Amino acid sequence: MTDDAPSQQAPAPDPQVAPERLDPIPGEWKRVSSKYVVVDLIGTLISGAIMTIASGLPWYFFQVPWLLVFPIVFGVMMVVLAAFTPRRVRAIGYRLRDDDLLFRRGIMFQRFVAVPYGRMQLVDINRGPLARAVGLSELKLVTAAAASNVTIPGLPEQEADDLRDRLVALAESRRAGL
Amino acid sequence: MNDDLADGEWHRLHPATPLLRGGIALIAILGIIIANLRERVVEIFFGGGSYEGDPIDLLLERGLVPLALVVVAVALLIFIAGFYLSWRMHTFRITDELVEVRSGILFRTHRKARLDRIQGINIVRPFFARLFGAARLEITGAGSDANVQLSYLSGVRADALRRDILNLASGTRERERAERAAPAETAGESAPGLVGQRVSELIAPELEPGLAEPSSVVTMNPGRLIASTVLSTTTFFFVVIVVGGIIAATVSREFFVLFGAVPLLFGLGSFLVNRIVKSLRYSIAGTPDGVRVGYGLLSTSNETLPPGRIHSISISQQLPWRPFDWWEVKVNRAGKSSAQGAAGQQNTTILPVGTRAEVFRVLELVLPGLVDVEGDVGSEGGSEAVRRVIEAGLEKATPGDGFTNSPRRAAVLRWFSWRRNGFALRPDAVILRRGAIWRELVVVPAARMQSVAVHQGPLERALRLANVQAHTVAGPISARLGALDAEDASRFFRDLAETAIAAASADSSHRWRSGEAGA
Repeated sequence: MTDDAPSQQAPAPDPQVAPERLDPIPGEWKRVSSKYVVVDLIGTLISGAIMTIASGLPWYFFQVPWLLVFPIVFGVMMVVLAAFTPRRVRAIGYRLRDDDLLFRRGIMFQRFVAVPYGRMQLVDINRGPLARAVGLSELKLVTAAAASNVTIPGLPEQEADDLRDRLVALAESRRAGL
Repeated sequence: MNDDLADGEWHRLHPATPLLRGGIALIAILGIIIANLRERVVEIFFGGGSYEGDPIDLLLERGLVPLALVVVAVALLIFIAGFYLSWRMHTFRITDELVEVRSGILFRTHRKARLDRIQGINIVRPFFARLFGAARLEITGAGSDANVQLSYLSGVRADALRRDILNLASGTRERERAERAAPAETAGESAPGLVGQRVSELIAPELEPGLAEPSSVVTMNPGRLIASTVLSTTTFFFVVIVVGGIIAATVSREFFVLFGAVPLLFGLGSFLVNRIVKSLRYSIAGTPDGVRVGYGLLSTSNETLPPGRIHSISISQQLPWRPFDWWEVKVNRAGKSSAQGAAGQQNTTILPVGTRAEVFRVLELVLPGLVDVEGDVGSEGGSEAVRRVIEAGLEKATPGDGFTNSPRRAAVLRWFSWRRNGFALRPDAVILRRGAIWRELVVVPAARMQSVAVHQGPLERALRLANVQAHTVAGPISARLGALDAEDASRFFRDLAETAIAAASADSSHRWRSGEAGA
């Protein structure tokens, strides 16, 4: 669907190649634990099931055939989301650079964030019931901007604690104002 | 009374504080009682029927009048004693590091705020308080409910206190109070008597002459303010709705459709009047300790923002303003003052409307060192270049103007603006240019960026586009630029991340004058 950009002056590598993924800073990413797939999968299934049942209620009460569309759509969405869970979890990654933390997630909607250590206001560790059962933690970085929104899920507990201490120490050494 | 409020000792507020804070409530209660008893009042004067079931009838019947009077008297006494006590217990002190406030009778509150975390100091003079020559001083900090309020202080002392707090916060560690307080004193004495002083305060210009260099002052031109308000998009939509209504009414011959426009008319009217009245005495000026933004006709408010407290700036222009080259300047800031800003908007609008020259003067004030026209000795090359980039950012895109724009295929997502949609990255600021119809230029000082992100959704992937965002504190401006070429976006993201780190480590604006005082 792209018109073949003849006016484009920038020396794009090879415009004919299929749209490639965004990779602004190539390098090795630290991935999250594969056990997180289970946590994410169960979470997806539970919320998907609730959505499917809730959207099926009108059909159940009114028995109008076309209302069946909603539970079917939600059900299919749940299945697709669940099927892509391992892929999605593999796409989550982070990297500690000299002065900032890089974070990436998403396959359909890719997102890369760079948070300078000096900008971190606090570091949170959360453990949900499912994650705790498999020994995982979630690490959340908070900056003065709400949009930063960096949450690294699926870290083994010990690794999460170490990472938190390391980040706090780094933030302390590079502290800046707001 | 000791005039030096920032000497590290505990001080009390203006003695009229209880009256100003509680007096209005008292008057309101009295008003409600009188409104409820108006039949009785009418009856006293004109005679007439009786009002059974009225509580006062009940009191009269049962002979409880003395008891009722005693109850009222006791309630009043408790009221007054409470206000007096709360005034006695409400003390504040300013030390070299902190501002502290202790308040409350039963529930004591003790709030300490660090001076180097101050985001701005606002002096608000509500009309009622102005009559008493009192002012409310509000020290804004970052975050919600992070403000320290000193209400009320006497007006002259509030101004002096702000100067002292900013002086202490700036890190000069040196009090130049004696020389600088002098002009304020003489201004107060020149008006004879108390009444004369109040009158002269009421009619005094918004900005005290001599407070700031005249060359740095931007004031509002009333004609332009009115014209720009009338020529705004709001008015345009209103006219469209009214014309549509008239057409609908004449076609359908149902004329009561027009009455639907009446509430709209009231809404628009109050919007216009509010905007014009509040902005009429607007002024913005550079003082040694930051930008001073003042406005208000009856209730006035003026806020000083120390350098480095502005997290992003947007310069925007609605379509009807283009022939006149008028622009509006908004900012994102970490502190939220409780007072409303100019034009009845949040006080994030620091220039409701101005010409291009005025916009640049405001930019010089809010981004010191970045867009100086005169060019300081050290930084002239850099700041000149930034100024040229910003100037180009207000115009149509031209080749070689320093911006990296969206590719042609972005026209799918940015129908009109893809030519203008672009960014420029300088060592100390990011400049984003957006919008073809509603032109906008966003400037984010690099030292204020909290983090940066690049996104790509499925549609953007198909078009090989991506969008980049510089995260700043919450506010009306979002520094997001969509529909960039994916390669450009990746490069931009990379450079932005580096710039943010470099700028943040070089930044020292939390103690903005600590360097220059030779300490």
